[in-house]
Parts: sequence; C-alpha cells; structure tokens
Amino acid sequence: MSDTSPDTLASETHVPGPAPFSMDGFWLGFRRCFVTTPGIVVFGMGFGAAASVKGLTFLDAFLFQGLVLAGASQYVALEIWSDPLSWTTAFAMAAIVFTVNLRMMLLGAALRPWMGGIPARQIYPALALMTDPAWILAIRYHREGGQDWGVYLGACIFLYLLWIISVVPGYFLASALDDPARYGFDLIMPIFFITMLVPVWRGRVDALPWLVAIFTGLLVKALVPGYWFVLLGGLAAAITAMILFKAEEPSA
Amino acid sequence: MSDGWMTEGAWLAILAMMATTILAKTMGFWILGRVPLTPRVRRGLEALPGGVILATIVPITLESGLPGMAGIAIATVVMVVTRKDWLAVAAGLAAVAAIRAFV
Repeated sequence: MSDTSPDTLASETHVPGPAPFSMDGFWLGFRRCFVTTPGIVVFGMGFGAAASVKGLTFLDAFLFQGLVLAGASQYVALEIWSDPLSWTTAFAMAAIVFTVNLRMMLLGAALRPWMGGIPARQIYPALALMTDPAWILAIRYHREGGQDWGVYLGACIFLYLLWIISVVPGYFLASALDDPARYGFDLIMPIFFITMLVPVWRGRVDALPWLVAIFTGLLVKALVPGYWFVLLGGLAAAITAMILFKAEEPSA
Repeated sequence: MSDGWMTEGAWLAILAMMATTILAKTMGFWILGRVPLTPRVRRGLEALPGGVILATIVPITLESGLPGMAGIAIATVVMVVTRKDWLAVAAGLAAVAAIRAFV
C-alpha cells in the first residue's frame, strides 16, 4: 500500500491493519450484553419448550440450538420437523433457515470497514458466531469511536453461552413456563435494539435512509410473506444513502 | 419431549441448517471484501444498522399494539436523555408491563 497516487488512494484506504483485539475489550463486550439476559433467556427457553412439545429428543434440541444458532429462523424451521426426518425435510429446513437468515449478510457487510483487516481464520469463525444483539452492540461501540474487536467477540460468546444454557430448562420445564408476555419479556429485544440505535444516529444524514427503511419494511411486510422485509428494508436504506452521497471531501 | 438419543435424520437437518446459516452470516462480509470500499459504498454500509433494525422492529412493534409502541417510545426517550442502555431497557419494559396490567 505504498501507492500514493490520489486517484487510487480512495479505494485502497479500506485495507487498514487488522483491528486491535484485547481481553479487556472482550470482557467489555461480554458485560455490555448482560442487559439482554432476560430477553435471550426467554427466547432460548422458548425454543427448548417448543422443541420439547414438537417431540425432539433433548440432544436434538440442544444440538439444534448450539450448532444452528439462528434465533427466529429456528422456530420457523421447527414447524416442519418430523420423525424420522427425510432428506427432503432436512433440505427444506435448511432452505427456510437460509431465507430467514439472508438478512444477516447485511450485518456482516456492515462490519467490513472495521474488521476487514482481520485474518480470515479469525474473522470467519467469529462471523459464524454472530447474533443480532452482539452485532448492534459492537456497531454502537464502534460508532462511539471504539476499534477493539474483542468487544464484538465477547458479546458473541456471552450470548452464545446464554443461548445454549437456556435451552435446557426450557426443554424440561416446557409445560411449567409462565407467560413471558406478562413481564414484557417478549418485547425486550425490540426495545434493546432501539436503545442501541440511539447512539448510532448521526443526525440529518441518517434521516432519509432510515425513513426509507421503515416504509420499505412496512410495505414489504404487508405484501410479501416471510422475512424479506428486513433484508429489503436494510438494502433500501443503504441504497438511499449511496444515492444521497455527495463527495464532500476530495478523495485523499 | 421424546425418548432416545436423536431423531433419525436429525444430524443431517441440523448440519444443513448450520451450513446455510453460516453462509448467510459470512457472505456479506466476504462480498464486501471484493468490492472497493469507496466513500460512497461506506456511506451505504453506515446506513445498514439503522435500516435493518428499523425495518425489523417498526412493523413488529406496530403489530404488537399499544404496549409495544409505548415501550419503544419510552426506551428511546430515556436513552436519548440519559444514554444509559440498561435504564432505557428497564423503563421500556416497565412501560410494557404497566400498560398490559392496567389498560
């Protein structure tokens, strides 16, 4: 990267050194996730309970939770679980999970400018552990000036542990579970996400892209079944921002 | 609940779902490694967190009715004023619980 000609510089500035990693950052991300605990536990126990009712063995449910690691899409795929599972059903479940999780490509894309310099053998396993709350928590930290990607990994690990632990009581206590809606725990994740989004707001430059995302989300949700509203709403925001972009500063 | 170690064919289904999930989680990052990150592309990427989250929670919140809307509104206000996320989440949850209990 010693090339200094001004016309190539702009496109090459995205190859920084790897983002720093520290255990202090790791524990910071780990701790910052504590606030999500009730929401994750309810969500994770809910899957255990649903799996139990559906007739999965405990090992089925535990491995499902621990290896697939994909929140809402697990619930959707569980709908078509059968005993025994045929190849066709397995394939259909994988396809369902993929369409529900396709939006996560946007989450990974958004991490590229920050984490692009991290060696592939480290960043790809870390991306496999990505969950929405860990991602938005890391994005918020980065927007506030942080660079340590340990924060992201710490958040992923905390949420992963909580996720695989919570499925156990959910599975065995399925019938005894109280109604989580009573305490508002069913809404804790949306509330957490909007809370994390407040510091991400940068003022007027975000206004139109965010509005476009809301309207696209509402429109697609009303017209198209499934989870496409998330992917298309997010894409609409990115495209709007790119259209609005004017090169404010010279490329160097 | 069901007896036995594992359902026949469960391994296959779980590994297939794991594979497609990892593909979805990594492909965006991979693709953006093959696109020049010009200032314009960066601006687009910066709009993604707000876009993804709002496109997700606004339709879901509207569907959940008054408790959800009040919880989101109060959490947002508390966060804007105090910048303490745990306080904002607690206030939002309290609003949801209170409305469900009394309205």
